[in-house]
Amino acid sequence: MKRVFPILAVPTAALLGYALYEALVAAPTEQTMGNVQRIFYYHVPSAWTAFILFFVNFFASIAYLIWRNTKADIVALVTAEVGVVFCSVVLVTGPIWARPVWGIWWTWDLRLTLTLVLWLIYVSYLVLRKFSSSGQTPLLAAVLAVFGALDVPLVYFSIWFFRTQHPQPVIGGGGSIDPRMLHVLLINWLAFSCFAALVCWSRYRLEILRREFDETMALEALLEPRTSHTNSSRSAG
Amino acid sequence: MSTVAGLTRATLSKDLRLEWRSKDAINSMLFFSLLVVVIFSFSFDPTAEESRHIAGGLVWVAFLFAAVVALNQTWARELRNQVLDAYRVSPAPPNALFLAKVIGNFIFVTVLQALMTPLFIMFYNLRALGPAYQLPIVAALGTWALVVNGTFFAAMSIRTRSREIMLPLLLFPISIPALLAMVEATSSILTGDFSAKFWIVLLAAYDVVFTIASLFLFGFVLQAE
Repeated sequence: MKRVFPILAVPTAALLGYALYEALVAAPTEQTMGNVQRIFYYHVPSAWTAFILFFVNFFASIAYLIWRNTKADIVALVTAEVGVVFCSVVLVTGPIWARPVWGIWWTWDLRLTLTLVLWLIYVSYLVLRKFSSSGQTPLLAAVLAVFGALDVPLVYFSIWFFRTQHPQPVIGGGGSIDPRMLHVLLINWLAFSCFAALVCWSRYRLEILRREFDETMALEALLEPRTSHTNSSRSAG
Repeated sequence: MSTVAGLTRATLSKDLRLEWRSKDAINSMLFFSLLVVVIFSFSFDPTAEESRHIAGGLVWVAFLFAAVVALNQTWARELRNQVLDAYRVSPAPPNALFLAKVIGNFIFVTVLQALMTPLFIMFYNLRALGPAYQLPIVAALGTWALVVNGTFFAAMSIRTRSREIMLPLLLFPISIPALLAMVEATSSILTGDFSAKFWIVLLAAYDVVFTIASLFLFGFVLQAE
């Protein structure tokens, strides 16, 4: 297993480097916005990656509720953690771009609010995982994930009622994009997805090892109850 | 079906009797929302015109925080003397217990609203310029939305460490669309500028979706071990 990580990590790093070059140097400068627009190559791929990870989290949670499979639970945990990181990238890069272009840092528009609410839901998901006692965590977390997924369309419609200020989606929306820019965008998305998959995979390995370690420690504690006594006597003295 | 209805009624009447004798939940909610009203009134000191615009948000924030106080007590009460464990091993359907708790909390929060609304009207000089008959509908739908999710998440949070803090952390993010709908509906009725129809429909949809989801998933949460 140790060999697999560099084999995956090296091409991912190369791809990320190439995508960085494409975004900062090779992509044409946008006419009206100038170089600020280049943040788009990080903002949009991060958003897509985060949404895919949240999707995977939802299906893994459903799978856990049906089959009670530990691996599904770990997948749900891992995708939520990495998804929150990418979602944070979206929420940080968005205002940096919006300030020079729109003149404001933030507006309560459809996509912005939806992303923020998603981020809040998944942060609360991670807090729940952190605070619940270990045996019940997977089940409670899976239930919360289902609630969060049900919430998304309702959030969408509630905010859809306000006028939207965000630029129309570049793919499948009304907006048009230079084919060269689209090319750079897709390369960046590919690189980000590979990176996310790599991080998820190593986090998955780590979580499995951590659980094995916890089980071993619990077993050892059962076999040798003396250690806790020595600790307490030392603190008393 | 009749067993579900019977069990619901039995649990509900037990909860109502407990509350009637102790008045724990209603007293703490009342005092809490009174504090919120007074503090907001001090910090904003609005004119009648301004207060019409902000009252929707104020009222619902006060009710939301007050509801959390009551919701935290619903299941904590059952932990004493292992009542919840007894319920788990009994063959009674979990949804009967859940429904009884939701209806009980709905009654508590509605009583709170009935008592607090005159106070709000007094402090903020409120008068609805839109169709006032819609206000009770918004209140009922909004309260149900808070209470159905709140009761569910309270059942989840009693299984965690620091459970009192956990409930709002779970409840508030999920309730954002419902809160937005309640606040917007109340504001548009008070100002009379817009129709509240869309928000009422959205609230009703929210209620239906999450009531069904809770009934589906409550069994899992009750049996979680």
